[in-house]
Amino acid sequence: MNAMMIAASVCLIAGCLLTLVAAIGVARFPDMLARMHAATKPQVLGLMLLMAGLAFGLGSSQLTWKLVLVVVFQLLTAPVAAHMVGRAGYRTGKVRSDLLVRDELTEDLERARLRKES
Amino acid sequence: MSPVVMAVCAALLTAAAVVTLYRVEKGPSMLDRVVALDVLVSTLIGCLALVSLWFGREDLVLVLMVLALVGFVGAVTLARFAASEPEEERRILTEAEAAAAEAAELEDEESMGEDSR
Repeated sequence: MNAMMIAASVCLIAGCLLTLVAAIGVARFPDMLARMHAATKPQVLGLMLLMAGLAFGLGSSQLTWKLVLVVVFQLLTAPVAAHMVGRAGYRTGKVRSDLLVRDELTEDLERARLRKES
Repeated sequence: MSPVVMAVCAALLTAAAVVTLYRVEKGPSMLDRVVALDVLVSTLIGCLALVSLWFGREDLVLVLMVLALVGFVGAVTLARFAASEPEEERRILTEAEAAAAEAAELEDEESMGEDSR
């Protein structure tokens, strides 16, 4: 077993562990925002580790560029999905503000409403 | 790649997929399911990476690219059409409740038909 294979193994196991941790978080956290927070782990860092592991394991520079592209695409698309889900969640009342430390959006909306009324 | 590492990774990913499926089933809202399905897509990407490495299927890297590109479409679409749903509508109906709802719907349609005549 050479150095490349050891690096590949470490990266793969770390990526898979992150995926499992995120899955447990998604299953156990109490509200939608907390679950979204847990869900971003395998989508970005987990994917990066898995792709690094795959690149080390396959050991070909051509494929490594493709794997870099995979990570770039995921980095571009994951925030879009998270933004849409978060916005829809807030608008349909799935955000529990009693669990939040600071809820500036609700405060601002409340202030805007009061200003409109006065 | 050593079989032990592969087995450990496969076990971890399987456990992750099962735990995520639990959340997909449980909900309680559409958006929770969407978030869980996103995690499931990430798990699938991990599984494909493992398969590609174990069997030397280098062509599967293209599938990984496609999944990374279109994996978010489902989440965006569902989030676009998410509406506030009352507590009662969120859970999956039992068989008896589903039958009752269907019967009520049929009755509705029949009475509408009589009205038009």
